Amino acid sequence: MFSRKTREICIEKLFLLFASTSIVILLLIAAFLFKEGLPIIEVVSPLRFLFGKSWYPTYEPPEFGILPLITGSLVVTLGAVLIAIPLGVATAIYLSEVAHPRVREVLKPAVELLAGVPSVVYGFFGLVIVAPWIQDLFELPTGLTALTASIMLGIMASPTVISISEDALSSVPLSYREASLALGTTRWHTAIRVTVPAALSGICTACILGMARAIEETMTVLMVAGGAAVIPRTFLQPVRPMTANIIAEMGEAVHGSDHYHALFAIGVVLFFVTLAINLVADFISHRFKETGSGTL
Amino acid sequence: MKRQQVYQQIAFVGLRLSTLVIISSLGFILWFLAKEGIFVLSWEFFTQAPTNGMTKGGIFPALVGTACLTMGAIVFALPLGVFAAIYLVEYARQGRLVRIVRVCINNLAGVPSVVFGLFGLAMFVEYLGFGPSILAGSLTLGILILPTIIRASEEALLSVPQTVREASLALGAGKWYTIYKAVLPPAIPGILTGSILGIGRAAGETAPIIFTAACFYTRGLPHSIFDQVMALPFHLYVLATEGTHFELTLPVQYGTALVLLGMVLGVNLIGVIIRIRLRRRMKW
Repeated sequence: MFSRKTREICIEKLFLLFASTSIVILLLIAAFLFKEGLPIIEVVSPLRFLFGKSWYPTYEPPEFGILPLITGSLVVTLGAVLIAIPLGVATAIYLSEVAHPRVREVLKPAVELLAGVPSVVYGFFGLVIVAPWIQDLFELPTGLTALTASIMLGIMASPTVISISEDALSSVPLSYREASLALGTTRWHTAIRVTVPAALSGICTACILGMARAIEETMTVLMVAGGAAVIPRTFLQPVRPMTANIIAEMGEAVHGSDHYHALFAIGVVLFFVTLAINLVADFISHRFKETGSGTL
Repeated sequence: MKRQQVYQQIAFVGLRLSTLVIISSLGFILWFLAKEGIFVLSWEFFTQAPTNGMTKGGIFPALVGTACLTMGAIVFALPLGVFAAIYLVEYARQGRLVRIVRVCINNLAGVPSVVFGLFGLAMFVEYLGFGPSILAGSLTLGILILPTIIRASEEALLSVPQTVREASLALGAGKWYTIYKAVLPPAIPGILTGSILGIGRAAGETAPIIFTAACFYTRGLPHSIFDQVMALPFHLYVLATEGTHFELTLPVQYGTALVLLGMVLGVNLIGVIIRIRLRRRMKW
């Protein structure tokens, strides 16, 4: 029979093992992406892969340049951010500073609930409602454009922005607001000069995570972005973001072919882009923890 | 002062408008899908397989498939997530290792769902040789919801007051016995909330299962965990993007979208309600 102390130490080590699985899983994901994605550099150089302007994986000879896909991702994300951040932050300020507590108690959980709507449902709605509407409005040959995708992604990302910003704003101590109001300022002046600056790190984190939500979204852009692998000049052209491209082509790529490896290499790019975004968000929320606690 | 008040009026109108735009567009999506889908729902829709080239019949196999995948994901992720949370809350001292674990959990939560799909394809389907199956899909979804479960379990454990642990330790109980008998029981409802939210997430995800588990059509129900299955989100995606029968399958699409939406929101609603109740009651 072990002594009690030995047993306790064994149990602790066992739990440590379970806690470390998240590190192992993250490393495994990176390892498998590299294993399947890296062979593509035998066909194209990393620079030509990242900055090549044509993506014709099934031509003879094939072209593996993902710049059109990267710009596709950037364009729809930019559009989504332009919609989600101003509206989302404004809604958060309204909920935390202006709205009646009873209104907030209803709207805040409702918004958080809506953050859980599956992306394929947003995609479906975009397909049957927003796309025909865009097509009629701008008299386009197709309604499946970067703009359509941006609108859907903007609506999708806004609950994330609202929820995290509102948490940051309501964690600002009440005494800050009272001090400001006691000096005779209006509620708006207090909100914009005292509360928002005090919660700025949390609001920044919210915006970054909202952006991350848009850039990593797959099903919605696959269904409504149009799927043309060309560098877009306007918001009214069809685009093919990286995430959509992987799903759209993986079914036809032969296992172990150059095309297959190229799709995994896109996965590697996506993995590191989102890793970088998340590390930045993590850094901001820890660096300025005194005001932004409870944001992540 | 007068001018400040005018500014405030203008600003508040702006804030109210923003809120209205967001809430009404989200509300419109729900209302529209409910309005179009409600007429499709019937007993047959829930209990029959698709017929006539997907234009008639129901979504029963897809419901079963989604249930299998979700349950598999929870069976895998719940023990792992709870044990990880127990270490982080009860044992870990602040240090580099814990910091790294937390960064990894945060990053795991941010990995795009399509990357989970690629990983599942490379590791479970190809490397371990499971093929596209319930097993491969469940493991992929399990990894996807792991961060959700760890965070919720951590929150639940943290909400148990320190005095409970101190009282147990003062009576001579060991560390593990204290956790097992004094800390875990009051934390269980909170942990369940986390797993409910995980279920909602896993049920709605499409990208991770397309290459690891889902198939377009199966006649019967799955016999083993190595079978491919139909799944609700994949069913909706395929019908909505398949060009040829788009108009004909539209009613089925609306029905599927509504069922999926109702399922995910219903599950999340239960989780949120339990959590709000707990937070009120758990004031010790």
